[in-house]
Amino acid sequence: MSFQPVILWTDALVYLLLLLIAVTIWHTRRHEHLLQPWRRVSASRTGQAALVVLLFYVIIGLLDTLHFNPRVDPGAPGDAVYSTEVLSVFDVIAGPLRTERETTYSAPFATHLFSKKTVYRPDGSAVREYPRLRYGGSHLDEHGNGKLADIVAKGALGALQGALVWLVLLLVLCLMQPARLLRLLSGRTPTPWHVGAWTALVVVAVFAALWELSEHYHILGTGKVGEDVFFQALKSIRTGLIIGTLTTLVMLPAALLLGIMAGYFRGWVDDVIQYLYTTLNSIPGVLLIAAAILMMQIYMSNHAEQFSSLTERADLRLLFLCLILGVTSWTSLCRLLRGEALKLRELDYVVAARAFGVADFRILLRHVLPNVMHIVLITIVLDFSGLVLAEAVLSYINIGVDPATNSWGNMINGARLELAREPVVWWSLIAAFGFMFTLVLAANLFSDVVRDAFDPRLRQQR
Amino acid sequence: MSLIEKAMSHDTGSAEPLLSVQGLSTHLGSASRPVRAVDEVSFEIHRGETFVLLGESGCGKSMIALSIMRLLPPSGRLVAGNVLLEGQSLCALSEAEMRAERGGRVGMIFQEPMTSLNPVMSVGQQVAEAVRLHDPDHHGRVNDRVVELFRSVGIPDPERRAGEYPHQLSGGMKQRVMIAMALAGRPEVLIADEPTTALDVTIQAQVLDVLRNLQRETGMAILLITHDLGVVAEMADRVGVMYAGQLVEVNKVKDFFSHPMHPYSRKLFQSMPTAEKRDRGLDVIPGIVPALDQPFECCRFAERCELAQDACREAQPPWHGELRQGYRCVLGPEQDRDIDAAGLVALDATRAAGAELLLVNDLKVHFPIHKGVLRRVVGHVRAVDGVDLRIPAGLTVALVGESGCGKTTVGKAILQLIRPTAGQVLFDGNDLRRTRGAALRRLRREFQIIFQDPASAMNPRMLVEDIVAEGLVAQGLGGSRSDRRAIVEQLLEQVGIRSNAADRYPHEFSGGQRQRIAIARALALKPRLIICDEPTSALDVSVQAQVLNLLKELQSDLGLAYLFITHNIAVVAYLADEVAVMYLGRIVEYGVVDEVLGSPLHPYTVALLSAVPVADPAHQREVIKLQGDMPSPIDPPSGCYFHPRCPRAMSVCRSHYPPMVELESGQRVACWLEVPEERHPSDVQATSD
Repeated sequence: MSFQPVILWTDALVYLLLLLIAVTIWHTRRHEHLLQPWRRVSASRTGQAALVVLLFYVIIGLLDTLHFNPRVDPGAPGDAVYSTEVLSVFDVIAGPLRTERETTYSAPFATHLFSKKTVYRPDGSAVREYPRLRYGGSHLDEHGNGKLADIVAKGALGALQGALVWLVLLLVLCLMQPARLLRLLSGRTPTPWHVGAWTALVVVAVFAALWELSEHYHILGTGKVGEDVFFQALKSIRTGLIIGTLTTLVMLPAALLLGIMAGYFRGWVDDVIQYLYTTLNSIPGVLLIAAAILMMQIYMSNHAEQFSSLTERADLRLLFLCLILGVTSWTSLCRLLRGEALKLRELDYVVAARAFGVADFRILLRHVLPNVMHIVLITIVLDFSGLVLAEAVLSYINIGVDPATNSWGNMINGARLELAREPVVWWSLIAAFGFMFTLVLAANLFSDVVRDAFDPRLRQQR
Repeated sequence: MSLIEKAMSHDTGSAEPLLSVQGLSTHLGSASRPVRAVDEVSFEIHRGETFVLLGESGCGKSMIALSIMRLLPPSGRLVAGNVLLEGQSLCALSEAEMRAERGGRVGMIFQEPMTSLNPVMSVGQQVAEAVRLHDPDHHGRVNDRVVELFRSVGIPDPERRAGEYPHQLSGGMKQRVMIAMALAGRPEVLIADEPTTALDVTIQAQVLDVLRNLQRETGMAILLITHDLGVVAEMADRVGVMYAGQLVEVNKVKDFFSHPMHPYSRKLFQSMPTAEKRDRGLDVIPGIVPALDQPFECCRFAERCELAQDACREAQPPWHGELRQGYRCVLGPEQDRDIDAAGLVALDATRAAGAELLLVNDLKVHFPIHKGVLRRVVGHVRAVDGVDLRIPAGLTVALVGESGCGKTTVGKAILQLIRPTAGQVLFDGNDLRRTRGAALRRLRREFQIIFQDPASAMNPRMLVEDIVAEGLVAQGLGGSRSDRRAIVEQLLEQVGIRSNAADRYPHEFSGGQRQRIAIARALALKPRLIICDEPTSALDVSVQAQVLNLLKELQSDLGLAYLFITHNIAVVAYLADEVAVMYLGRIVEYGVVDEVLGSPLHPYTVALLSAVPVADPAHQREVIKLQGDMPSPIDPPSGCYFHPRCPRAMSVCRSHYPPMVELESGQRVACWLEVPEERHPSDVQATSD
């Protein structure tokens, strides 16, 4: 085998999350009342468009989650020796993007470095000039003439390729029936699938154009040590998604169990749980996170031998950040669920179940839990964007993810000092901002749609 | 306007009507598939007249009121017709002009006084606001006018009450405040949308009385909306019957009760439970109200009408008679419309009392009140304060009382859903209060409960099959999944639900069907006792009849015993064998149903029965008005709990709670009036007052 699969801690949790989602989908499909709100979601144009954008992010994030160790010398006889470097499938696809590094900053689409350097000519004379980039625009001539035309041409080519891919994909989805495809695209289906389809066209075409261009240029410039910012921003997607989803996954069992137990049992159980979350809530969140991360850091530097690679170490720190964010954020959901359970326990069907002699734990499972799931779902989706933003803020003040991990927060943090430069190095900041903004906007729009579809009180108003 | 003038005004049909609704149509929801909530409704009301709109839930009667006031919900719109007030079209007014009419010439009161008042303003301020807006004569003297209004709606001590906040007032008082507010603009028309539905009968009697007196004094017209035939008989001059968005009959109240014209009106009367119908099943209207989101080409009652002919299904039936008295049916006025009642099941009325099934001795449920940081107990809510009950196998015992008297708590305490504070609950010899854990869980299969609201009694996320089988699973009965399925299907069949219902969700059923499913669920464990907690209060009359029939049939088939908790005296008269009347956590009178309802002894029972509106305008009765409201169970009055409101209270009542006296007839009463004077406690002087 030319590679050895690696499953990092966060990877394992992502797989667990996928499994949970798959089970949920399977379960939902069998229950009409669970399916109904999702039908309302799919009937919303905003929801469809947002979902397509989110899916795009998720696909990149998932490709970046399949990790492996490459073989050091593929094809060599004898026992395979694997590198300690951990790569992901996305790294392989990105290929040159990852490896083609310049020496330092360069502006988007530049052919020359951003700062002057002393260059020694072959004749021995030293000149201070903007050196030519090694990779960016290397197919052009010395001065980068005809760059604009080249960009337009390559961009158009990429967009065209993207559109083709989109068409083929849709055809496959429509079971190879062009008539069905036409009906779908013209919006003659009961559900507005055409909105999703056209959004997908825009996303795929834009991404394909950028991808095509990125093979020849650093379309978002390069960073301090010459790494491609476009690649960095794409790699950060996984970090953002992991923080946004795993944190919820981590906190969910505690919030669910404690919340409905407090509401259902009342009495001393309620008191204990209430005191627990009130106490936790009174500790300043940032301080708690800072303390926990610092402790983690010290532990990791004292026990460096336990980590086989830098990636593994950075991954553990990411997981730890999720955990500690989860610990500080489960209280609000817990409080919401307690209130709902207080209401539910007085409802006649819960009383009826007690009159049948149904055991308490079974009542919680069959009567209370299914009836609070809409709150859980709404909270998860609403919290997601907040957590993505929280990561950026925490990384900015250096208590976020490992500096070696690609993340939007780290990109912003890195760009911070360069903002004081003249001329300003703005592209890292803008890239991180743009990617984060698109994700958070899509997530927020989607969460609004989900909330409208699931909240029974809102449903009655229409 | 005097009574004579009032009487004159609606005999002279030629006079200009005060409020005239002409061909009103109101649609709700999307334009492509609108819900036709109101469909070409026309009627008129004269000065000093009370016009009652009668109909079951969802028939569009409230939508008419909202259309007149132009207060339709955002999705609703007037699509046709006109509303004329003294010849002036309300539909043509601008929104600003309409605002002056609302609360001005047209006042409105709503069903729920609890939510119609702002909780952070004193009630006086809220009425003053209405006075300032609509009564220019009283600028500068607003507070005087508020007190005057409060006095006119019968609020005692109006100066003090004006400064109080809604939560300090009882439901009846709040509804009076709402009426005072509606009166602030001296309305010519008062629209009352189910004004007493949320209130107890004794309070309802007070509020209806207030409305009647106000009408006599001011001569305003009242448009009263209700579903209660008793209220119609009490209040109406003329009545309009609504069915599925349409007015199907308009009639003078006397003629309506003696000769209802429309088959639907007839059916309504026949499905009402009364004591005379005890020995047979009630007449029911089969089927359900058609969905209103379709255009109707035919009579919309045809599907459920036993007199339906081919003509009914072909075209809209014509309107016979005139606007002020007429009906919509293919049958002409002279045609025979007697419905054969022979199809009804005769039920065996002579049920012998079996062995004693449930014995409740001195049951008490006190809820502690905690206060302060340390949550110290500072007092108790005495929800149930010493109740004795005896339920023989196979009989129905009704527990009657007004809201807040603790009757529901008794039911739950018997089932040990709320643990009693003291007393004994002996079920077949087992003291349930001393049974716990697994032993109690096993015993639970013997007694079950049916709730008031079938919608909230079933988990909306479970299939009917799982709902009905829940008890079987919990008790480990019913064997395998397929065995259970067979049991569920058989149970559903038994309550008259098609067995394919098992794979559907509760929200797919109507209220009556849901209540049947709830009954099937209770039957699953073959219980011997079912506690029915107001099982028909949330249902319409025609649906109530179906459920009552079912309960009665099941009792004669299976020998069930019922503890029937209700405030509906008519249902008690129809269904119960014995009655216990409850007041403030204690039973004040107990006996066989005919005796308690026929010759009540306790002053509270007498007042309660007199306050129940009777669906017969010829029936003259004197309502015994009770003063004030039921006291709080936190701090019950000394002596007899009823003495502050009792018209016959004696001095002994103020200091000593009366003992339960058993009379020769078997009737038991807790009242000093029934205790021979020589047995009165010696420290009280002889009753000279």
